Amino acid sequence: MSIVEAILLTIVTASTPLLIAALGELVTERAGVLNLGVEGMMAMGAACGFAGAILFDSTLLGVLCGILAGGLTAALFAFAVLGLAANQVASGLALTIFGLGLSGLIGAPFIGARRDPITHLHIPGLSDLPLVGRLFFGQDAFVYASLLLCLGVGWFLFHTRKGLLLRAVGENQTSAHSLGLPVLRVRFVAILFGGACAGLAGAYLSLVYTRFWSPGMTSGRGWIAVALVVFAAWRPGWTFFGAYLFGAATVLQLHAQAAAIGIPSQALSALPYLATIVALVVLSLGRRRDTGAPGSLGAPFVPDR
Amino acid sequence: MRIELQQRTAPSAIARLLAPVLALAAAFLLGGIVIAAMGRSPLAALDVYVLQPLSDPWALQEMVVKATPLVLIAIGLSFCFRANLWNIGAEGQFVVGAICGSTVALATHGTAAGAWVLPAMLLLGTLGGMAWAGVPAFLRARFGVSEILTSLMLVYVAELILDYLVRGPWRDPKGFNFPQSVTFDEAATLPFLTDGGRLHVGILMALVAVIVAFVVMGHTIFGYRLRVTGEAPRAARFSGFSEPRTTFIVFAISGGLAGLAGIVEVAGQIGQLKPSISPGYGFTAIIVAFLGRLNPFGILLAGLVMALTFIGGEAAQITLRLPFDLTRTFQGILLFCVLGADALVTYRVRLVRGTPAQAAGRAA
Repeated sequence: MSIVEAILLTIVTASTPLLIAALGELVTERAGVLNLGVEGMMAMGAACGFAGAILFDSTLLGVLCGILAGGLTAALFAFAVLGLAANQVASGLALTIFGLGLSGLIGAPFIGARRDPITHLHIPGLSDLPLVGRLFFGQDAFVYASLLLCLGVGWFLFHTRKGLLLRAVGENQTSAHSLGLPVLRVRFVAILFGGACAGLAGAYLSLVYTRFWSPGMTSGRGWIAVALVVFAAWRPGWTFFGAYLFGAATVLQLHAQAAAIGIPSQALSALPYLATIVALVVLSLGRRRDTGAPGSLGAPFVPDR
Repeated sequence: MRIELQQRTAPSAIARLLAPVLALAAAFLLGGIVIAAMGRSPLAALDVYVLQPLSDPWALQEMVVKATPLVLIAIGLSFCFRANLWNIGAEGQFVVGAICGSTVALATHGTAAGAWVLPAMLLLGTLGGMAWAGVPAFLRARFGVSEILTSLMLVYVAELILDYLVRGPWRDPKGFNFPQSVTFDEAATLPFLTDGGRLHVGILMALVAVIVAFVVMGHTIFGYRLRVTGEAPRAARFSGFSEPRTTFIVFAISGGLAGLAGIVEVAGQIGQLKPSISPGYGFTAIIVAFLGRLNPFGILLAGLVMALTFIGGEAAQITLRLPFDLTRTFQGILLFCVLGADALVTYRVRLVRGTPAQAAGRAA
């Protein structure tokens, strides 16, 4: 396997969790809810996913545990911001602090444990093609699932009636409510979906990307996923490009560190975070007027019966 | 069963006072459940977390020492949050403040530099924090980039810079290769208030910050403008309050105070630079700001309460072998409870049976 092929393969593995988490957050935000707790939900997904996989000795059950953990923590957030109309920014921060802490408690007994690599697709002939064979026909199931998810979210949001309702709720909650749309119920489902995606992304990190669990292993990926949604102007297709761009930046940065090219490793580690800031600035230059943000994003909603 | 919120005509004064107390009680209850779920005794934990520190004079001093950075940072954040601006990167501004202030301490190390060292450190620390907070403020005011994301990303960058410095150029050559700077000279450490005590001068700075914030917030035009900007941005715009200017000012205040907290912590408590100089003060201060209901004196109280969770957390780590992540979990639960309890202030909260459709039917 050539070095180029190896790098390309790791870029896919690094980008997949970003893509999954960002797609979940995208749906949540399209419904008008800003959930800044992605980092916490992802951490919970990583810890519970890994714990589940070890306890049941099954990657699939582990992933389900991760999804469930993400969804449950998201439900907590939903209770605060929908049920009690709490401030969304602060509640998201609470979710992050809570998720990082609780995931530490849950994961602690599993430090040092390792999982075997999961099976990758293998189509005789196609997967053996030079350079592109393993890249396109030899990935793990989650990579293909994340691509389907990307297409699915795009199709749902822009080509189904339910997707239209969801966008209407996010665009103008008062009008949506006047039309009789169940604003809070739509948002609840959207928040749960976002949580499930973040949980899945976290489980992917601990079960496939590193194959072990360590405290704080999400290291800001949840926040980068939130930034990706802004970066992608709330569009699934652009989210895909954004996620792969950041995945590539992360991996190349790691390779540069390994190659010891004379730049302090800390400077290279800071690159993904700095790149996020630069990307947000560059994109804001491109669209001064319309950022593409849903109209009711972040606003609490209390129905006036 | 569902929750129904009904807007109060005026915020309830009793609820405003009771909400933080209620939130604390709820958080303790939930925290107890978490501890019980871990197979430990919640009562034993309560004893170690709360009762023992409160009855031990040494721990009480330590609590005040730990509350100092929390109060300093939270006071600054309350300005931001009141203006509805979200500086969540105080942790980074804290670290940069510590780095900038320390440059003086390290440059004068081993020399007979005089009494100007400490003021210069405090000043540079404050300016460093301000500059670090100035980046998200500038990007928000000039390009409309979300200050939430940029301020947070800069936390990671600041921590990496500190890590680089203490492992590289600033590492103590006689430090057995440990990643830490030289120990600061006496001229570069904050004097203690009492002989043999743990209380340093930084505590007075936190108290001054509380009083100044109280005056500025409640008794100046600027404080009024801030509240209007946060509560009625449209009205503020019509009155000609400049949004970019407000952004710059509140970020300068919060960044400056976080930077000051950083250098106070290093010069008063730690005495040298290390890869990690904060157990997350910058993030915990967000909880302090909300628990104190963005009121300076409330923040002072809330700072002490949150400092107690750190002290108790450390004690529980040693005596009960309860991991520090438990403290973080509790802090998250507490912030949720504080935000949820806010609903009691602005709304009448009722539990209603049945679905919204049925409720509408009854109303008709």
